[in-house]
Amino acid sequence: MSLESVYGQVLNEHNLHPFHKGETEGATLMLEGKNPSCGDDIILQLKVSEDGTIEDGSFAGSGCAISQASVDIMLDLIIGETKERALELVGEFMNMIHGKATEEEIEDLDEAGALKDISHMPARVKCAVLGWHTLEEMLK
Amino acid sequence: MTDNKYRADFPIFEKHPCVYLDSAATAQRPRVVIEAEKEFYETMNANPLRGLYDLSVKATEAYERSREETASFIGAESPDEIIFTRNTTESLNLVAYSYAMNFIKPGDEIVTTVMEHHSNMLPWQAAAEKTGAKLLYLEPDEEGNFSDDEIVTKINDRTALVAVGHVSNVMGCVNPVKKIAERAHRYGAVVVVDGAQSTPHMQVDIKQLGADFFAFSGHKLMGPMGVGVLYGRRDLLEKMPPFLTGGEMIESVTLKKTVYAAIPHKFEAGTVNAAGAFALAAAIRYLKAVGFDEIRQTEDRLVELIFEGFAKSSHIHILGSKDPKMHNGIVSFTMDDVHPHDISSILDADGINIRAGHHCAQPLMEYLKVGSTARASVYLYNDEEDIQKFVEKTLKVRRWLGLES
Repeated sequence: MSLESVYGQVLNEHNLHPFHKGETEGATLMLEGKNPSCGDDIILQLKVSEDGTIEDGSFAGSGCAISQASVDIMLDLIIGETKERALELVGEFMNMIHGKATEEEIEDLDEAGALKDISHMPARVKCAVLGWHTLEEMLK
Repeated sequence: MTDNKYRADFPIFEKHPCVYLDSAATAQRPRVVIEAEKEFYETMNANPLRGLYDLSVKATEAYERSREETASFIGAESPDEIIFTRNTTESLNLVAYSYAMNFIKPGDEIVTTVMEHHSNMLPWQAAAEKTGAKLLYLEPDEEGNFSDDEIVTKINDRTALVAVGHVSNVMGCVNPVKKIAERAHRYGAVVVVDGAQSTPHMQVDIKQLGADFFAFSGHKLMGPMGVGVLYGRRDLLEKMPPFLTGGEMIESVTLKKTVYAAIPHKFEAGTVNAAGAFALAAAIRYLKAVGFDEIRQTEDRLVELIFEGFAKSSHIHILGSKDPKMHNGIVSFTMDDVHPHDISSILDADGINIRAGHHCAQPLMEYLKVGSTARASVYLYNDEEDIQKFVEKTLKVRRWLGLES
């Protein structure tokens, strides 16, 4: 696996210039996710409408480039979607990170597909899934 | 070609070529240690201390000879004062559970430092909670030094036990154990020293240090994993109850009453790791043959090269002393806007192995106001080529993440 395939443009862009870092006004859900072994720590906020649409979202906290970029990309994907669709994306992302996703699933994940080679970096899997796992916990 | 004549003694570098810079976590093993473990199982394997037949006697002799060599390695008066455990953590827990929880009273004070590895902190938190003692922490300056004032104020007539690391696993500094022990002994307190990071790098003399208990691990000084050591002063060990009870630690057992074995066997319940102890003795012999002066020279030269290399970047910050000679082979560092885990992954792509995280010293990280750090640690088998590769790649890490280097 080449380093470029992980630390590429998409990851670096989302890490250095996250679109969704900060607070969500009128947030209806909030949950903290932690990786005790790395010290990665994020607080995910979502504003979910009564009909179950994720209208807005944000994250705060600190962590490695992989955890930060991954949660930012995730928010890009799920804002505007229903809770059900967001959970579907979580399932696809988990499959991808564990090296079990189909071509279609990876395509469906759009920019998050840029993280697929993390499946070859077992030590970093927990960084990549931190935001997604926190989202799943929130919505379930 | 390496300029390091010891490197060829370590099969790992042949079978898994890598730049190994994580010896503070665990060292690599020379062939003689691996062979010793094999030799034990091939030529003297029986359950030691039990059987009356020749093979068991052989196993027992090998095990007890290893205890003698270990005692002389750290300057213990008698092999009876050496207890084999699994590792430093178990050794320190033994002291906390068998000594501290039985002899420390409510209102007493236990003193440790914010610099400790969790294994020399959590047992004292547990002991303080159990006994009603108060736990105090010595606070160092940012280079890792404890002021006299700090030592004098916190160690006093209320102090019952002082637990201190000999060498910090984060900053690499040597703590003033002798000074702390003298102060503690003036008030009759017991001194526990965590020697996990010192024993691989320097000649330890427990008498000279003033340690009443001294704990270390085999695996950090090139011995096998799963064998550790606790030295304890005879009179203390004799009055302590056993840590674990069961097989091979008794004099006699009836349904009503048990008479425990004498030290050290009182503290070694169950089948012991005799092969591990035998191989640990081989590691000690290897260490002595290389010599601590030689080890020190190699480490200081390599740490100095890291310092020189890192000086080329204004974004890299080394923790602890500014003097490379004060680091005992350990260089922890941070990089602006980069998480240590990314540093570690980027280096790993070139087979360069370093540690990243909080190094089991979360309170110290908090105290130094760093989230987590990267740590490179060198040992006698590293060479200049290792350091050159490591420094070169580390200086490129920021560029990999789209930042100015």
